[in-house]
Amino acid sequence: MASCSIEDVLAKAERDEAEKLKGITVNKELDLEFDPGNLLAFDKNRIDTREFKDNKREDFIRSLARDNTQLLINEMWKLPTERVEEIIVAKLPDPSTPLPREKPAPKPKPPTKWEQFAKLKGIQKKKKTNLVWDEVHKEWRRRWGYKRAKDDTKEWLIEVPENADPSEHQFAKRNKAKKERVAKNEYNRLKNIARAQKIKVPGMGLAPTPRQPKAELAQAVNVAKISTASVGKFQDNLPKEKTPKNTGKKRKFQPLIGDFSSEKQKQLDLLKVMDSKKPRLDITKAVNKQMREEDRESAQKSKKGFGKKGRRGNMSGKGKGKAGGKGKAPKGKGRKPHMKQGKR
Amino acid sequence: RKQKAKTRRSKRFLQSREPKLTEGQKSSMIIRGGNSSETVSQALKDVYALKKPNAVLYKRKNMVRPFDDSTALEFFSKKSDCSLFLFGSHNKKRPNNLIFGRMFDFHVLDMFELGIERFVSLRDVKTDTCPEGTKPLLVFAGELFETDREHQRLRNLLTDFFCGPRVSAVRLAGLEHVLHFTALEGKIYMRSYKVLLKKSGCRTPRIQLQDMGPSFDFVMRRNHMASDDLYKTAHRQPRGVKPKKKKNISHDAFGTRLGRLHMQKQDLDKLQTRKMKGLRKRRGEQTAETAAAAAKAPRTDE
Repeated sequence: MASCSIEDVLAKAERDEAEKLKGITVNKELDLEFDPGNLLAFDKNRIDTREFKDNKREDFIRSLARDNTQLLINEMWKLPTERVEEIIVAKLPDPSTPLPREKPAPKPKPPTKWEQFAKLKGIQKKKKTNLVWDEVHKEWRRRWGYKRAKDDTKEWLIEVPENADPSEHQFAKRNKAKKERVAKNEYNRLKNIARAQKIKVPGMGLAPTPRQPKAELAQAVNVAKISTASVGKFQDNLPKEKTPKNTGKKRKFQPLIGDFSSEKQKQLDLLKVMDSKKPRLDITKAVNKQMREEDRESAQKSKKGFGKKGRRGNMSGKGKGKAGGKGKAPKGKGRKPHMKQGKR
Repeated sequence: RKQKAKTRRSKRFLQSREPKLTEGQKSSMIIRGGNSSETVSQALKDVYALKKPNAVLYKRKNMVRPFDDSTALEFFSKKSDCSLFLFGSHNKKRPNNLIFGRMFDFHVLDMFELGIERFVSLRDVKTDTCPEGTKPLLVFAGELFETDREHQRLRNLLTDFFCGPRVSAVRLAGLEHVLHFTALEGKIYMRSYKVLLKKSGCRTPRIQLQDMGPSFDFVMRRNHMASDDLYKTAHRQPRGVKPKKKKNISHDAFGTRLGRLHMQKQDLDKLQTRKMKGLRKRRGEQTAETAAAAAKAPRTDE
């Protein structure tokens, strides 16, 4: 008797369960394939073509869709859920349908020079704060740059160290040190650029170029000539070469107190020149010189526009290198015959 | 020619277009062809509405023939950084034509030409739609999708096209949109329904569907499938994506985590155990022991 009732109870429980699940159970011949990661379901069952007639087609499709969606939803509800800000959310697994990529996989980039060095030395990247507390000014200042925290060139009081020369200007010393650091940085930066772009930079003198203009060749010759132990004093000239006259000091200054008579003479000459009506400046000469300069500059620009794309910064040792274009035909009024390269 | 970034904003823009380890959502471009009928234009607009915001719609006429010359499509794809495309056109030979396609590395991977036989637009179905950008449920029905190779590829393409962004978790109440594809006798029936979750006896709700959105009756026309090796290359995942397996760790039936250590062979003779000073043998005792042992031995003899 008791066993009967237990069986009954169990059977009843089963029926109740089935009742509950009646709403959501769907009978299919073959189980569907699910891909919850992509919210995908695939039904492999055969579709009865008889039911697919014109008038009943939409209903058939709808009921088929309803069944399939029910199964998919059942599958989704089996996934683990969690509560994110009062919303119940189901965690999706990875998608199982292999979908092709959009672009090919990125190649791992080779480590940069710094990265290699850091790895070698074991240097870790340290996160630095933007602002630093400046005790002197009692405020937060930036770590580097304009109005930075510890700027030793801006100090108003510098203690002279014990072993220093008393007449040495400490402020000037600091400024000079800063200028040297800046110049060194700039030099290193340009060297890096040259190394990166594989341009040869000479330590001193002129850079090798494929087509050297006349002025640069002349300059190269001059530099080579004075590169001897006695600074070119005993170098013989080539057959048609002329010794350049511009060696030595460019400006000579008379001593302050010396020859009184010559000084007197000089002053009187100066007054005479100021009195005379003839202008000191030969305007035509000046204008021609200016025009020639401009022509040369434009010729250099148009010629070097194609060649010198990669060069940046001062590459040449002396900034004189100009394209040796020959003087153009005279145009405009007041042009006197050509002048050779005069003193600069 | 490689484009150099001159500002930080442009640098970010270029970086977003670079290939990445795990890719985000694919954008699609919807292009109108040389001549397109009312049906095709409306169809394109509907698909654009489905795929917003990751879609661009090119409304102007583009005289392009994708099956003959795909360079124009590739150019568009490169400019707009879209890897999926839908091209609609209409002519006498192929009326109401839609070409679904996808790209790999800005070159055409797969293209499927489908003709629209019957089309019901979003506008004609007067029900409320679900919000833009919901990830739709995709259901494919029909054994053709399993048996026929072209259908298999088409299924993959449609999944790629209509599946939304890849998410790690989804709100259960937000599964509102379902796209249902049925394949029968060379025709594909695409329907779009709104999912209504009704109460049922247990936790899982009962589903009711409401007609929504565009519905298409497609007929399969030409196609261009990628060669097998190109398809394989497109699937190749970079090495960083797969998670590294931790070796020598196992879990037993109770859920405890067990590890394995591998040791070198030990010489048990030279094993260093604990030293107990009291037990150490002293020299005096040792001789006494030997003497005692020696004394004992002859006694037994006797």
